[in-house]
Amino acid sequence: MPAIALDRLRREFGSLAAVEGLSLDIGEGEFFGLLGPNGAGKTTTLLMLTTLLRPTSGTALVGGFDIVTQPLHVRRSIGIVFQDPSSDDTLTGYENLKLHGMLYHMEPGLRERRISEVLELVDLTDRKDGIVKHYSGGMRRRLELARGLMHRPRVLFLDEPTLGLDPQSREHIWDYVERLVEAEGITVVLTTHYMEEADRLCDRIAIVDHGRIVALDTPAELKTVLGGDVITVRAAAPGLDAVRALGIAERIERQDGAVAITVRDARTALQPVLHAIGPVESVEVRPATLEDVFMHYTGREMRDVSAEGGWAQRSMRLRSGTR
Amino acid sequence: MGTALDAAALRNEIGGIAAIWYREWKVFLREKSRIVASIVNPILWLVVFGGGLGRNVTVPGTSYQAFIFPGILAQAALFSSVFFGVYIVWDRKIDFLKEVLVAPISRTSVFLGKVAGGATDSVVQSLILLVLGAILGAAGILPGLSITPASFGAALLILALAISGLVSVGLIVGAMMDSPEGFQLVSSFLLFPAFFLSGALFPIDRLPAWLTPFVLADPLTYSVDALRHAILGTAHFPLALDIGVLGVFLAAMVWLGSRAFDRMRI
Ligand SMILES: Nc1ncnc2c1ncn2[C@@H]1O[C@H](COP(=O)(O)OP(=O)(O)OP(=O)(O)O)[C@@H](O)[C@H]1O
Ligand SMILES: [Mg+2]
Repeated sequence: MPAIALDRLRREFGSLAAVEGLSLDIGEGEFFGLLGPNGAGKTTTLLMLTTLLRPTSGTALVGGFDIVTQPLHVRRSIGIVFQDPSSDDTLTGYENLKLHGMLYHMEPGLRERRISEVLELVDLTDRKDGIVKHYSGGMRRRLELARGLMHRPRVLFLDEPTLGLDPQSREHIWDYVERLVEAEGITVVLTTHYMEEADRLCDRIAIVDHGRIVALDTPAELKTVLGGDVITVRAAAPGLDAVRALGIAERIERQDGAVAITVRDARTALQPVLHAIGPVESVEVRPATLEDVFMHYTGREMRDVSAEGGWAQRSMRLRSGTR
Repeated sequence: MGTALDAAALRNEIGGIAAIWYREWKVFLREKSRIVASIVNPILWLVVFGGGLGRNVTVPGTSYQAFIFPGILAQAALFSSVFFGVYIVWDRKIDFLKEVLVAPISRTSVFLGKVAGGATDSVVQSLILLVLGAILGAAGILPGLSITPASFGAALLILALAISGLVSVGLIVGAMMDSPEGFQLVSSFLLFPAFFLSGALFPIDRLPAWLTPFVLADPLTYSVDALRHAILGTAHFPLALDIGVLGVFLAAMVWLGSRAFDRMRI
């Protein structure tokens, strides 16, 4: 039985379809990534899966329970770190965690042990008695993470959990989560705008855009679809038709005012590509990353010359999304 | 097997109620201005209204200031209880509501935890007012008012019953509102008529007859009446009727409140 099974899950807000009928199985113990530009419908999907938002139509099973008809059963097996902070800022960090332990029926001994453990993890032990109102943004974020991990749910939803955290904290937390996944076989659904994070952590990734899945596979598979290497060229008048005529370019995309040409192997392709493209200002060659995959599926491709304006806007959105 | 499971489920729900209560209590202790504000207002009513404007009003059996003391107790309980509902709007605004609604406890327990939290706040406030009343009565500042340990305890029990129902009303309104302004507006529409019709400030038989149905439909009427039984020893209705009405009112509000919380979305 899959840990999570979405069945034509759909949510509309007025005339906007934020999630357009997702169907998808996520396996037990899987680390699953949900990537997509701002407004793609990631948070809406997670809120439905955690029973906080009612689907317009369709449904999903989480831990074998229906999110629409058995919400309380679903809530017994999940944990979530919300995109927006949801701790009570008149309480102290410790009090927020204690409240969480009480809400999740942890007996006092275990609760205190876990509180110490997660406080240590997110490095808030010596600030635990400070009022959350006086925490910094990053500290607040870390408290939210500590809280979500504290009761060790079977299925853990993380909505951009590491946004705004320094690299050290992120490293720390991911180590811990990975150990949890390994030791307890919990299932994790993660949304993030940090592509290297998703690449490293996720067993599978779904790229969503406008409420629809546009790609779904392992990070490695997603990258091979693009081919092996990306040659990024800045040029005043790139001879793209000539490059296309070569027949060795897997994809040609415009990215931030440059042109990204994906090829199977840059070692043999670089010479002919540069020859065809004409005079260039700069050249950069690197292996394809998940970022390229993301751009490929959610940014618009070069061929749509008519939609140039739309593309520029989209690229702005993406950039603000990745900060 | 079935009963063991049920007992565990029940224990979990009670734990959930305790969790919500714990949070409300912590917030109450931290926000001292809430307590101070809720005490100052009733004292002003007692002294300014009772001692000034009401100086020439006569009521059967006691002084006017002693007569309105139970009324002011009920009024203070009414306002602080119903206004507690605004904090659910606030919880939604700061997103804390998500943490509560995603927890593995039923909405009924969330509601009951909130009722317990709000009722505790108002009961603490009532306790302070009762102590003040006893002191002012003994000192002769509120002539005719003498509060014995027995009347003190009885009044507190009656207040706890009335307050639980009133907090429920506030929470029901709060569950349906998404802005504090909306809450303020709706609750004002409920609060002022409830207060003025309750007989807190005058004997209800002095009101025009056409208002009688509204007076009888006002739950605060019975709170005030029961409190007069406890504190002054005389009142309009039999005590059993007052308590019965307040009990039915509480049961109805808890039922409605559970439903309102069940429907509540983030
Ligand atoms: N409560 C709401 N009312 C109306 N529209 C909403 C509501 N919540 C979300 N939307 C819309 O639904 C779409 C999807 O939003 P959602 O928050 O799921 O995106 P997201 O993928 O999480 O984006 P981000 O990366 O910015 O967090 C957006 O167009 C958003 O404006
Ligand atoms: Mg989001």
